[in-house]
Amino acid sequence: MVQFTLNGNPVSLDVDEETPLLWAIRDHVDLNGTKYGCGAGLCGACTVHINGRAMRSCSIKVGDVVNTSITTIEGLSPDASHPLQKAWVAEQVPQCGYCQSGQIMKAAELLAENPNPSRDEIIRHMDGNICRCGTYNRILAAIERAAMEG
Amino acid sequence: MATNMKLSELTRRDFIKGSAGLSFAVAVSGTGGLLLSSPANAQRAGSNISAWLSIASDDTITILTPGAEMGQGSMTSVPLMWAEEMDADWSRVKLDWAPADKSIYGYGSGRRRSMAIVGSRAVRSYFNIMRTAGAQVRKVLLDTAASEWGVPVSELKTEPSVVIHPSTNRKMTYGELASIAQVPESMPEVSEADFKKPVQYRLIGKSQPRYDIPAKVDGTAQFAMDVKLPGMVYASTVHSPVQGGLPLDWNKTEVEGMKGIKQTIKLPDGIAIVGDSFYNVMSARKKLNVDWDNAQARRFNSEETLDNDYAMVHADPSAASTTVFEKGDADAAFANANKVYREEFKSDYAYHAQMEPLNAIARFNEAGDHVEIWDGTQSPDRTRSNVAETLGFSEDQVAVNQCYMGGGFGRRSLGDYAAEVALIAREAKKPVKLIWTREEDIAHGMFRPQNFQCLEAALDDNGNVAGWRHCVVGDGGSLLSGGMSIDLYYKVPNQFIDRRGASHNVRLKHWRAVAHPFNIFAIEEFIDRMAVAEGIDPIAFRMNNMNITPRGRRVFEKVIDMSGWGRAPASDRALGISITERSGSLGAAVVEISLNESLGKINVHKVWMAVDGGLIVQPDAARANIESGIIYGLSSILHERVTVKEGAVEQSNYHDYQVMRMSDAPEEIHVEFVDSDEKEPTGLGEIGNPPIASAIANAFFNLTGKRLSHMPFTQDRVKNVLSA
Ligand code: FES
Ligand code: FES
Repeated sequence: MVQFTLNGNPVSLDVDEETPLLWAIRDHVDLNGTKYGCGAGLCGACTVHINGRAMRSCSIKVGDVVNTSITTIEGLSPDASHPLQKAWVAEQVPQCGYCQSGQIMKAAELLAENPNPSRDEIIRHMDGNICRCGTYNRILAAIERAAMEG
Repeated sequence: MATNMKLSELTRRDFIKGSAGLSFAVAVSGTGGLLLSSPANAQRAGSNISAWLSIASDDTITILTPGAEMGQGSMTSVPLMWAEEMDADWSRVKLDWAPADKSIYGYGSGRRRSMAIVGSRAVRSYFNIMRTAGAQVRKVLLDTAASEWGVPVSELKTEPSVVIHPSTNRKMTYGELASIAQVPESMPEVSEADFKKPVQYRLIGKSQPRYDIPAKVDGTAQFAMDVKLPGMVYASTVHSPVQGGLPLDWNKTEVEGMKGIKQTIKLPDGIAIVGDSFYNVMSARKKLNVDWDNAQARRFNSEETLDNDYAMVHADPSAASTTVFEKGDADAAFANANKVYREEFKSDYAYHAQMEPLNAIARFNEAGDHVEIWDGTQSPDRTRSNVAETLGFSEDQVAVNQCYMGGGFGRRSLGDYAAEVALIAREAKKPVKLIWTREEDIAHGMFRPQNFQCLEAALDDNGNVAGWRHCVVGDGGSLLSGGMSIDLYYKVPNQFIDRRGASHNVRLKHWRAVAHPFNIFAIEEFIDRMAVAEGIDPIAFRMNNMNITPRGRRVFEKVIDMSGWGRAPASDRALGISITERSGSLGAAVVEISLNESLGKINVHKVWMAVDGGLIVQPDAARANIESGIIYGLSSILHERVTVKEGAVEQSNYHDYQVMRMSDAPEEIHVEFVDSDEKEPTGLGEIGNPPIASAIANAFFNLTGKRLSHMPFTQDRVKNVLSA
């Protein structure tokens, strides 16, 4: 049994400890907002928060998150009311949307530690997250908006 | 926890049954779709029917959208055109996916009837279908109100979802009318005069938020990847790394003995592993050993072939040639030329790299004679027919549930992986979710073909381009020739354009804008070189020596204005310009670049693009789509290449197939639309990427005096060009 806290709720899973956290969340807890893009730590589509840090769930074994507190896109806010989520809608950021859970989780880490990031700080922080649809300029605008409107 | 089956649980029958109020169905006659006033009428007529739009008594309007959604916004824009013409209150419109039945929900007629959302078609192909249906429904509602109130219909008008009799100030909502509507046996005829004039539009031309976006910021959007069915097992396929290789034997006993693995299945072109979790299946993948019969295909090396063979095919007068476009007498123009120019270009294979690796779900019924598919597909109808054909089923035995696509870019219009999961599920006798790993998605990818191009131009005594020849050489037939025709913007009087084939057993496919990216690169870079050689400003040359059309002139003028072309950029920067046509639209782009010489790295700082896209239905979504195309273009031009060695793809994930990241994105992208003479929408999904390569190459010349001739402009290539 692997136990951790997921979006504020205790979870205990009967899974192989070697299972990547991504697949534990998706296939065993049935929370599907966290996405599989590369499975190799290269794209950021699988980004979740572990004890507040944005991490790539495809590259972390579920056995290594025992007793941690994990937040996925579903737990970022109860009703899509996080300033980033609102800004994402206001700027009409997503195209296909597949990368966007990871983008938002990565951006949420930034704003939590740096409420007024500069453009360069945003780019440096977000550079590991691929958006194949090329929504980068809108992501930037949305992060700036969320920082401003908080 | 999460509900996985939101959309799929709605069968067509439930939809009709569940919608109290008024439903509008579509019956299919020999000549195409015909809107009927109710499913019941259609059923009496013995037609193939389904509710397409229904109005509930609470004023909710539900429209089944045929606009497959991969981020381009067409699931919203297509039904919005219907809502506009019926004067619906858009805030009360709900959308659901149209079933995969092209006879009802398709566009085009006869053999060309289709639901495929490819080639930037969605908005432009459905425009007349949607507005006709909208005008018909509005007429029914007006007629209903007229007879209810005993007034002539000519005295009525509509506001969003309300019919109004102004002289008596009476009003009825569409929902109220829906519950009393005495609908006619057949729908009223509408003509051009019944359509709204553009000034009357309340929705078209006014950006509405995209319908899909809220679900894409809270993780609830349902991609096929997210579907989970009771009793479902997981599968992944290993295809021959060498295209065309066949599986002979594999370590079946060992793999099937692994934890959680249920079985391995031999497919025509690979081995599928089925297990109780995707993690266990992936672990087994690593242990799978397959003997492939691929002796034949081992020989192909893409770089060698591109470097050596294609130019020979072009030089060989007896090589088979397919004429793409011909006009006037090109040979005579060259014979009489005052001056002739000739240049060669090359371009590499490119991969779609859509963010969601290919996947699909299949579930058979107990009897095994009906299968249900979940697929994020650009062509639900093609998925259906391909699955049916693969299984030896009729299409009635296949139902397809549409899902959001995590990117399409042309890759998701075949239904090939849906057919594969159907084969696997038939063997596994359980619902199966098939996921291609990212590595598999590339190794078994279908690519934009590599190619060689030669362009020649004949200048007459006045220095005008009077003759034009353009030949492309490569594998892929018509996948090579889109965008070669310049006649939509440069009316050169004598042209001969052809393609010449090669065959390499590499899987090829439409890729965003198909052949335009490399053809437009070659065309516009060639013209730039001629202009410089002639000592004429590149813009002036295009405007004065290429017999440019008025429409072409307008997009150039607009982008010149937007970008301040002609101003001197900072000393370490340069501008470049280019034009393209695609899917009826015309676009001109200017880029501003700088260069890190020691790294060979081109930095693109700003992009301006002026587009003639006809009637712009949703300006913000249209702009977003073009921005996306611009980045897609930049990414492919600066980074992306697939190479094939000994018949196998060399790249395997995002570390060696690099796509653009935020730090490489331009600081500014400006997209504007020009006033168009076109009355209808033209395609916008693929107008953004084709002009980027030549604009960058032209800017690169302005900065360095050197010319780029081979796409992509990787750092190594740039360094070689700089040191040459
Ligand atoms: S799926 Fe984890 S980084 Fe790509
Ligand atoms: S929105 Fe499609 S990958 Fe980012």
